[in-house]
Amino acid sequence: MASPDAQPDSDSVIHVDLRNPRLAALLAWLWPGAGHLYQRRYAKGILFMVCVLSTYFFGLAMGGGHVVYASWKRDDFRWQYICQLGVGAPALPAVAQSHLVNRGNKPLWITGYRDPRTLELIDPARGLNGDELVEGFMAPPPDLPIQVVRQGQRVDPEARTALSLWHDEYAALFELGTLYTVIAGLLNVLAIYDAAAGPVLPAAKSRNGEKDGDDAKGEQSEEEA
Amino acid sequence: MTMYNVLLFSSLLAAWSQRQVWYILPLIVAISLVYGATRHESMRPILHNATKAGTWIVGFMVVVFGILFLLSWNL
Repeated sequence: MASPDAQPDSDSVIHVDLRNPRLAALLAWLWPGAGHLYQRRYAKGILFMVCVLSTYFFGLAMGGGHVVYASWKRDDFRWQYICQLGVGAPALPAVAQSHLVNRGNKPLWITGYRDPRTLELIDPARGLNGDELVEGFMAPPPDLPIQVVRQGQRVDPEARTALSLWHDEYAALFELGTLYTVIAGLLNVLAIYDAAAGPVLPAAKSRNGEKDGDDAKGEQSEEEA
Repeated sequence: MTMYNVLLFSSLLAAWSQRQVWYILPLIVAISLVYGATRHESMRPILHNATKAGTWIVGFMVVVFGILFLLSWNL
């Protein structure tokens, strides 16, 4: 379905009113599909929203909320977050969580506590000492103490993050969740481009064969059935 | 039975035993739909393009699987 402004003429050319393309692109980044809804391209807006957000949240759930986090440490450079950031607002809490954790504060939306000696998860109902490692939703993995004994064996002192524990516990789902959220972000980049410039193909042609110079108007010839 | 069908059948058999492979299906659907939507404005061409893109992706993966399967035959 084309937008209400899309009027197919006798040459089957659909005129797409992009309204304010820059604002549409910003909205499309902030919330997938929002830019198209602003442009009154409702069908595509809903399609982008459903596809991108369902992919993103499905991946986030697969990894227990830990696959999207911002970390720029030398031993844990989370390049995947650059791609995940393409989803916009749903990925932004990771920035706040990273800011909190890096300043020594507890993250918001705490998902679990670990014993700093064994790294086993602790039931908070049984009481906390205050020295536990705290894990949060979309927060970077907490730093591990250098001396850690897990299952009777000393953990490599070079392993200073709990990232390896998440990989152990979620197994392949951690990588799959990362993949889903990365692809969701990259898909939304395509949606942002579509909101800013209209559909990619085929080449726009007006009825008299000249290209339309109006930036705010996209045209597309469609082979309507 | 064509070579493509043999590859498709063997891929499905392999995928059946590897549960994680099925996680690719929602991704293929989402990627195909978004790809189609960036090239068309109306729903019917979008769905038509998405079907073609999805088929292409699956076919490409089947071919890659077949090549890797043959290369690892005696390993």
